[in-house]
Amino acid sequence: MNSIKFLYAAYIATWLIHGLYLGSLVRRYGRLRQQMKDLGKGK
Amino acid sequence: MKRAFPILAVLTVLFLAYAFYQALWVAPTDALQGDVYRIIYYHVPSAWTAFLLFFINFIASVQYLANARPSTARAAKWIVIAIGIVGFVAPFIPQVRQQLPTGMYPSSVATTFLIITTLYFVIGKYFVDQDLDVLAVTTAEVGVVFCSIVLVTGPIWARPVWGIWWAPGDIRLASTLVLWLIYVSYLVLRRFSDSAQTQKLAAVLAVFGALDVPLVYFSIWFFRTQHPQPVIGGGGSMDPRMLHVLLISWMAFLSFAFLVCWSRYRLEKLRREVEEAEALESLMETSATFSAGKVPFSQGSK
Repeated sequence: MNSIKFLYAAYIATWLIHGLYLGSLVRRYGRLRQQMKDLGKGK
Repeated sequence: MKRAFPILAVLTVLFLAYAFYQALWVAPTDALQGDVYRIIYYHVPSAWTAFLLFFINFIASVQYLANARPSTARAAKWIVIAIGIVGFVAPFIPQVRQQLPTGMYPSSVATTFLIITTLYFVIGKYFVDQDLDVLAVTTAEVGVVFCSIVLVTGPIWARPVWGIWWAPGDIRLASTLVLWLIYVSYLVLRRFSDSAQTQKLAAVLAVFGALDVPLVYFSIWFFRTQHPQPVIGGGGSMDPRMLHVLLISWMAFLSFAFLVCWSRYRLEKLRREVEEAEALESLMETSATFSAGKVPFSQGSK
């Protein structure tokens, strides 16, 4: 059974989803940091 | 605490690498499925982690709703204690024990109820008021990520083994998809509604959504389904070496989920602080405009 490609696909998909989510967290942190900087400038 | 995070992150990466090595090279090959069965080491731990996160979301939501009034908080505590005692004792009563499905042990049911009760009080001790809401949104979001992995890896595994990507009408698959949809709608509600009641509405939705978790988990006991029997305590048999690797993999994913939740929790707290600071700043600007004798809002001329 040539099923090894399914195994690799499942493992890659798992880390792709985790990677995308972690990327979204980093982006949101960056946006917040910018907002905090803007708040600091306003004072 | 600042130092703990990077240390834990490094340990988790090492743990995940170890679990990966165990899953691909140490665990024995399945006699029927061949190597493709190794998807189990990502599919099942992701499902267990998602269930746990949704369950924590449920407890946080119940506490958030119950804490609105001291009397309901007290009542909720006693209800949880009563459920804990009944759930712990009942499985050992012969009449109840006979009703348990094959492979479900009274001790595991009792332990589950003990863990549920303990978790309720532990969360209640360390999280109060808005922190409960932050915990709820954190666990829902990370839970959806893990549930997405279950829904993606499941069909990838099903294709070579069952010959189909998806079994329409299968209760396990359908209820998992419904569970995912419920929590996605929970997140959409939180993202796009800015009503003062959003947190309460989301908490109510989470309580109803959590009812689907036992349905997903126990569906393979109570309904005829394409999905295999549970690997632990469900009458299915698994090679102890495979089970060992499965537990290692789950522990690794649990540590990873803990770290991700930690980051998401901090992010949510920070976001709320920034929102409060922005609101305060605009309030101060408005009051400064007023005290300078200017009218801040345009008024229609009569």
